[in-house]
Amino acid sequence: MARDELTGSRAAPPQGNLFRRRSWQQLLPERIIKITLILCTSISILTTVGIVSVLLFEAVQFFGDVSIFKFLTGTKWTPLFTSQQFGVLALVAGTMLTAVGAMVVALPLGLLSAIYLSEYAPDPVRRTLKPVLEVLAGIPTVVYGYFALLFITPLLRGLSEDIAVFNALSASIVMGIMILPMVSSLSEDAMRSVPRSLREAAYALGSTKLEVSTRVVVPAALSGIMAAFILAASRAVGETMIVAIAAGQNPTFTLNPLVPIETMTAYIVQVSQGDTPNGTLEFRTIFAVALLLFAITLLMNLLSQYVVRRFQEEYE
Amino acid sequence: MAIISSGDFSRRMNRRKWQGRAFHALCLLAISVALGMLAVLLVYIGVKGASGVDWDFLTSFASRHPDQAGIKAALLGTIYVISITSVVAFTLGVGTAIYLEEYTARNNRLARLAKLNIANLAGVPSIVYGLLGLAIFVRGMHMGQSVLAGGFTLALLVLPIIIVAAGEALRAVPASTREGAFALGATRWQVIWNLVLPQAFPGILTGVILAVSRAIGETAPLIVIGALTFVPFTPDSPFSRFSALPIQIFNWTARPQAGFQEAAAAGIIVLLVALLVLNAGAVFLRNKFQNRDGG
Repeated sequence: MARDELTGSRAAPPQGNLFRRRSWQQLLPERIIKITLILCTSISILTTVGIVSVLLFEAVQFFGDVSIFKFLTGTKWTPLFTSQQFGVLALVAGTMLTAVGAMVVALPLGLLSAIYLSEYAPDPVRRTLKPVLEVLAGIPTVVYGYFALLFITPLLRGLSEDIAVFNALSASIVMGIMILPMVSSLSEDAMRSVPRSLREAAYALGSTKLEVSTRVVVPAALSGIMAAFILAASRAVGETMIVAIAAGQNPTFTLNPLVPIETMTAYIVQVSQGDTPNGTLEFRTIFAVALLLFAITLLMNLLSQYVVRRFQEEYE
Repeated sequence: MAIISSGDFSRRMNRRKWQGRAFHALCLLAISVALGMLAVLLVYIGVKGASGVDWDFLTSFASRHPDQAGIKAALLGTIYVISITSVVAFTLGVGTAIYLEEYTARNNRLARLAKLNIANLAGVPSIVYGLLGLAIFVRGMHMGQSVLAGGFTLALLVLPIIIVAAGEALRAVPASTREGAFALGATRWQVIWNLVLPQAFPGILTGVILAVSRAIGETAPLIVIGALTFVPFTPDSPFSRFSALPIQIFNWTARPQAGFQEAAAAGIIVLLVALLVLNAGAVFLRNKFQNRDGG
């Protein structure tokens, strides 16, 4: 995607003037407009600078009071209790549990949907189904949270009594449905950019559609598919409302999806909603947690871009 | 290479054909599950909330009694916040896209950095924008937990969407349009304002609508900057405190009483209808744009 954006064609700038130079009265408005546009552009760069400096500024103060080593290796997270413990792994475990769960749902469903849309569906069907599938991505996450807590959770609890009211499983399933269009849409784009000639060559050798799909198209589009998976996983890590509503507020260092847990994002929501005063150590925890969250998602996004650039198969 | 008998071959061929059919069915099943979940979600919310949506619901304030609770304050809060977001994000986003597409050369280092930066900003979790808004707008610029702070925060959040969409729309304008005008002696801004922008406008507007429909549903950043969940008044200035529709839905969802859960479903219906209208607008614009291109 990034590459695509960088290769826009544009007209050559006018070089000089055959007859006379433009006077400064003519050029001044042009200058002002250009400077205004540069200011607009700088806002997006300032946003990044702002995010990093705000998070670092508060987190550095936090790590003045709490050892960064204990923060990153501890497994008990109780900053709002009297016996404060700052082991962020409890929140990281909750985040990873829900994100991995979401990927377990989204990965097979998304990839198979993409194969169907790209290889099997007739064109009119594809053109109808794709936007409908993308509706899933446009539904606000608070709506998914409602659906998880009040529809999926009771359904699961009907199957097994061991499942708590707030649990990672329900949030994972719904989050998987939410990120599914991202997986399927981006994977399908990658598959459709595989040249026809590759498919035709495989068919000419007597392959069935299954063999063409899984042994030619998917491997050829693998960089795009991998990038889609990583991006979707990063979305799942940063997703907030579904887990805040359905997964609980109980930081637990566990891999059990049936009990209440708390993710990094849900913790930030919990503190923001409460009456923890600004400037206290308890309040600064959310900046430290957010810094870690930001770092994780940034790394995943960069990795996804790298995968596309590095492993993209070039044809012709 | 082993040579297989024709009996072997037809047996294997049969098996491969069956595997193929099974796989086709599996793919169909996968996409049906996805679409089925969408249908279940919409039907569930429709059934739960439809009876709650009426004029009283839209024009009453939040209440301790679920059957009297309404979304007046939340709806107005959302409208005010989103108005600010649209204006700010549109201006900054289109300005940025024009600069990056029309003023910088393809190999310009700064422009490449800016584009890489925008791609990464699009992947930052929305709740992180909430913390940015809290530190910069609410506290740093002393806007307080106001409509203005909320609008600015969401504007930064959707800015990458608008920049990317506007950039694509600008790039779709053929270079010959610009070259012709430059050859006639037009300045760069004359070319952009009179020729490029009018052609790119439908595409830009589609991007803005998509960005706005993303912003309307955003909950987490507004919670972080301190949007209220119980607002018995309508915001009367950009500096007044506010609630928003998704916040109200979140609050009602978290309550144990069935009545509030129905109110939440009714709120969701209002939210989804607003999104539907916006997206229908975007589709309409896109079709109009494409038809004109073709003709």
